[in-house]
Amino acid sequence: MSRARLTALAVAAVMGLSQSAFAVSDQDLKELREQIRELKEQYQKRIEALEQRLRQTEQAAGKAQATAGKAEEAAVQAAVQASSRPAAENALNPGISLVLNGVYSNLSLDPAGFRINGFVPTMGESGPPVRGLSLGESELAFAANVDPHFRGTLIASVSPDNSGAQIEEGFIQTLSLSNGFTLKAGRFFSGVGYQNQVHAHAWDFADAPLASKVFLGNQLAEDGIGLKWIAPTDLYLDVGLELGRGRKFPGGPDGGRNKNGFGSSVLFAHVGGDIGSGTAWQAGISYLSTSPRDRRFEDRDATGTSVTNSVSGRSRLWVLDGVVKWAPNRNPTITNIKLQGEYFRRREDGDLTYDTLAQSLGTQTGGFASRQSGWYLQGVYQFVPARRVGYRYDRLDSGTTDLGLVASGALAAAEFPILGAYNPTRHTVMTDWSPSEFSRIRLQFARDRSRLGAVDNQVLLQYIMSLGAHGAHRF
Amino acid sequence: MKSILKFVTAIGAAALALPAAAALNVFACEPEWGALVQELAGDKASVYSATTAMQDPHRIEARPSLIARVRSAGLLICTGAELEVGWLPLLLTQAGNARIQPGSPGYFEASGFVARLDVPSVVDRSRGDIHPGGNPHIQTDPRNIARVAEALVPRLAQLDPANAEAYRARGKAFLERWRSAIERWERQAAPLKGMTIVEYHKAFVYLDAWLGLKEVGTLEPIPGIPPTPSHLAELVEAMRRSPAKAIVYSTYNDSRAAAFLSERTKIPAVMLPFTVGGTDKAKDLFGYFDDILGRLLGSAR
Repeated sequence: MSRARLTALAVAAVMGLSQSAFAVSDQDLKELREQIRELKEQYQKRIEALEQRLRQTEQAAGKAQATAGKAEEAAVQAAVQASSRPAAENALNPGISLVLNGVYSNLSLDPAGFRINGFVPTMGESGPPVRGLSLGESELAFAANVDPHFRGTLIASVSPDNSGAQIEEGFIQTLSLSNGFTLKAGRFFSGVGYQNQVHAHAWDFADAPLASKVFLGNQLAEDGIGLKWIAPTDLYLDVGLELGRGRKFPGGPDGGRNKNGFGSSVLFAHVGGDIGSGTAWQAGISYLSTSPRDRRFEDRDATGTSVTNSVSGRSRLWVLDGVVKWAPNRNPTITNIKLQGEYFRRREDGDLTYDTLAQSLGTQTGGFASRQSGWYLQGVYQFVPARRVGYRYDRLDSGTTDLGLVASGALAAAEFPILGAYNPTRHTVMTDWSPSEFSRIRLQFARDRSRLGAVDNQVLLQYIMSLGAHGAHRF
Repeated sequence: MKSILKFVTAIGAAALALPAAAALNVFACEPEWGALVQELAGDKASVYSATTAMQDPHRIEARPSLIARVRSAGLLICTGAELEVGWLPLLLTQAGNARIQPGSPGYFEASGFVARLDVPSVVDRSRGDIHPGGNPHIQTDPRNIARVAEALVPRLAQLDPANAEAYRARGKAFLERWRSAIERWERQAAPLKGMTIVEYHKAFVYLDAWLGLKEVGTLEPIPGIPPTPSHLAELVEAMRRSPAKAIVYSTYNDSRAAAFLSERTKIPAVMLPFTVGGTDKAKDLFGYFDDILGRLLGSAR
């Protein structure tokens, strides 16, 4: 700044000041200063407030950035949770499933007179269904894990007539024993043979093989405990022991003996594996031992009188079983083949009491010994998706039955017509259609020579439908 | 006699010792999870895959060899979301192995770690074999594979602490390679966006969502029910009015229905590997997506 300009400014200032000095007093000036100071303070406060807000905003922005980082993660988590099932009070209900089945049967022989000649009758029902339309047994199943250690299963079958509901299976099993061990307790289908463990609705034919009927009373379910061990090998190998009450044939009497301990025992072993890219197989051997007391059966003696006989002693049954399944690339949805067979061999020794209720020639007891066998072989072929055909051949060999009462001449062999030597056979063909995994409609034709001197031509048209929880398919 | 005894003892000892010797026995319900464990664990795990890409994972039988493998598994990795409902429960209850029961660290359900699509609002079997937990075929979106891998690495480390560092290192390396592969695939697949397709089964909904494909029909009338003549006739009609760009089916499907529709509508039928091992090129997870994209791009050209 030049000296000349500075001087000019100073002159102007003096003139200005002198002018205002005339207009405002000292007091006014003081007030003015005070006002300016107040103004300054106010601005200072506002600026401070603004700065404070700015700092807060910055902090919030920082937080927002951090949250944004987690937002994507949270969104994924939320979507994962949202796509899971909603938690409801009934979320822990056991899996419930229901199997409905019904049948139309056309039989050339009266089913009320059904018997399998050459073999001791088995106390339970084993004949074909009544003629005409009938409702089969409805099956109601509940199953769930109890806790990490146990699983529980209850399968009730509800009879269409007045006999009400029955417990088919009701058992608990361990989940946490490990090392390949599983322990079962309750009522369960015995591991004897192959088909015995399979529920009727999953059978490939509408009825059981004749051998299952005469040796296991259709299907053997014991009240008992079972221990199974699976070997730690890539080849499947299991061994098992079941101890039961002996409540059903071949034990007896019906309901089991009035005794402590066990009334029946089963030992079994299975091996199984894969061959190539399409075949899976399993083979087994089992041994069932029981000591029936007063196991009763009905017969019609030579005088034409209905009598009740009974057997006491020991019954030992051996079963060999085998299953082979094939499907291209193990994909059974389009085509597949299943072959299945079992061979049964039984020895029974003890006493036979004739006419326990003294309705005919009077109660008499003598020795009893029988050696009998039977087998079946069946094949099922799915030729296009949902459609299958199958054939089964049954054959029983009544072998030898020695009766002390007959050998001693006390009674004639004709007093025991049902035990007379006879080898029943049966041919069965079936075709079924399964529109989905849950429904099946089956047409079956059988030529059944179970009864001496008579052929029963049986036509069965059957439906089997499963509702509710998805059942798991046994091999 | 002595030599026979020796032989039997040796075989027995080998059979008992072998499965125990491997670090971690892994039972994978589906090949994609077997392949993923292989990527993350390398030789630290011995992996057995229960199924192949040639099988329908809904329809597997609990055959003896599977029970034997579950018996000695230390880790069981499955899709879940009811995909294996028809066979896995039986394996779990039969095998006598507490380590892989649901709730144990050895039980790993992949679908629990991804957002599932197609969760039905109405659960009724008249709609077919639907899954209340949503569509289970999650392996067709590579981003899902990454999410499952992220959850699987800590699980492997937990089950086999001695090799935890190795799993973490391999996991990190895999995820890096995988994420760059996803970027590459997304660039390659840009032309596929909006492409209309007919599928055999709703097997590729996750792939559709990832690439922006548009499914305009399925050969199955409803899930799990094989194609019926009347439904195919309807599809032919619909495709004549507004044709899709491709008919997609997977390795285990019956190819005849796709061929039928393709022949009548002149829409190309494309077989996609359903999972690892479905085609020669899909021999690992990377090859699987390379091949899917290659096949889709080939048909779109």
